[in-house]
Amino acid sequence: MDRSALQRGALGVDLRPGRALWLVAPVVLAALPFVADALGDASITTLATRIVILCIAAASLNLALGYGGMVSFGHAAFLGVGGYTVGMLYSHFVAGAPFLGFVPGTDQMLLTLPAAMIASGLAAAAIGALSLRTGGVQFIMITLAFAQMLFFLFVSLKAYGGDDGMIVRRRNALPFLDTRNDTTFYFVCLVLAAAWLGLLSRIVGSRFGLVLGGIRQSERRMAALGVPIYRYKLAAFVISGMGTGLAGALLGNFSRFVSPDMMHWTQSGELMIMVILGGVGTLMGPVLGAAALIGLETVLAGWTEHWQVVMGPLLVLIVLYLPRGLGSLVSRKAGGRHG
Amino acid sequence: MAEPLLAVEGLVKRFGGLVATDHLSLDVREGELHALIGPNGAGKTTFIAQLMGELRPSEGAIRLSGVEIGRLGTAARVRMGLGRTFQIVQLLPDETALDNVALAVQVRHGHSFRFWRAARRDASLRDPARDYLAMAGLAARADVPVSALSHGEQKQLELAVALAGEPRLLLLDEPMAGLGPSESRQMQDLLAGLKGRIGMLLVEHDMETVFALADRISVLVHGRVIASGDAAAIQASPEVRVAYLGEGDV
Repeated sequence: MDRSALQRGALGVDLRPGRALWLVAPVVLAALPFVADALGDASITTLATRIVILCIAAASLNLALGYGGMVSFGHAAFLGVGGYTVGMLYSHFVAGAPFLGFVPGTDQMLLTLPAAMIASGLAAAAIGALSLRTGGVQFIMITLAFAQMLFFLFVSLKAYGGDDGMIVRRRNALPFLDTRNDTTFYFVCLVLAAAWLGLLSRIVGSRFGLVLGGIRQSERRMAALGVPIYRYKLAAFVISGMGTGLAGALLGNFSRFVSPDMMHWTQSGELMIMVILGGVGTLMGPVLGAAALIGLETVLAGWTEHWQVVMGPLLVLIVLYLPRGLGSLVSRKAGGRHG
Repeated sequence: MAEPLLAVEGLVKRFGGLVATDHLSLDVREGELHALIGPNGAGKTTFIAQLMGELRPSEGAIRLSGVEIGRLGTAARVRMGLGRTFQIVQLLPDETALDNVALAVQVRHGHSFRFWRAARRDASLRDPARDYLAMAGLAARADVPVSALSHGEQKQLELAVALAGEPRLLLLDEPMAGLGPSESRQMQDLLAGLKGRIGMLLVEHDMETVFALADRISVLVHGRVIASGDAAAIQASPEVRVAYLGEGDV
């Protein structure tokens, strides 16, 4: 048995140093809405739902950014495409007129979530196919440019609310479950997040994941091994985009509102901050990053209207003193990319 | 006569007005070690880059076992049996020695669009990888991260990774560079052991190694081959003495 196998559990996650966290976290997460009810503060559940949803997006970005070395500054585009898929399908469902004349609208989550992932996957394929012909700073800039193009496209789409965005009057429905109940919706998001993170952890440890990690470390080496690099990067970018689209679809359902702001470059930046804050190229890093960023935002915003003034220096300090992210606090090896 | 393993004919590479490769012709037979020597700036690395498909030649033909590969991409050439080591090591620094070789085995096994099974526990990748490590003399260092290996060990690992690709023709770009005397001897023994099994094109500055290992030697100066032959012929050639070895050195 080799070293890395000993350190990794069934899902390829590190079980040694952060073991306590792995046992405690599911219990805390499952109990959270009930504790919130007991405290009479329903906003805790709402906050946790938002964090869980953005965990999906941050972890997805991390597949491209952390594991694949593709620093995308345009992932908000996929968040927005996911959200708008939900919003547009809902508006066509309400209006009864099919989208483009042949795609019927729907309010069924079992249809809207896969549709959102397909739509954002296609967007990622198109944007990735062009952007991945470049690298380094050009890649950062071109992904940013594409995301801004989509942003302005949706701003100008008056049929879907333009820059006002569009309201999704009711959350998408699930059979046997009442998604309008915040606790139920929280658990739906939690299960999806766990499933998506589990899938990502398998991907990272699979043959595909190893090739992706190899490309990040040395493209020349991988090319000399005979790897067609572009294809693998594009595939990872598409998977990353699909996960972000899933998060966007859930976010649209969560706030029952989608707007071009979901695609704004500041949103892309926020996703990047989550990844960097938590720990680039680690499985749990983005989860911690998302929790920390949204948690801080909420706490500081409740305290002062100028919360950014506090948030900025705080982020700088965290990155300065924990260059491997918050994950390195929990697990000694979280900063490394593998065991 | 049978088609040589590698046949290069009239290869030209121009960068603007500069001719880096000037009607270069050369061949490597099956199992042969053909050394390519030449002063700095002679175009050796440019030549290797063209063989691997990293640079596109301006003119000329490159054939592997009679098949023209001059227009193929790197990945396609590697699938046809080309492999290389790098002068400046190109390894995956975050991974262990074994991971590096196992990845090479994995890539040779076919595409890697497999997303579920844990590749680091796949015996069909790990076991052969251990064999290649052992072949390169690194069996005991399998689980050491690349960043903790000595320079000499990294050079050995370069070779193990290249061998894991099971190349028919191996391009060795200065495998001795930066090695100490004992490491250098070890590498020389390794390469001697590969002779007869794999065709090798060895670019090297270490003359002792070249004269000890090479079946044939070609001398490259200003992008063109000025002499080709066995060690004795090269050492005797007056042009080579003037152009490369320098009168005082031999």
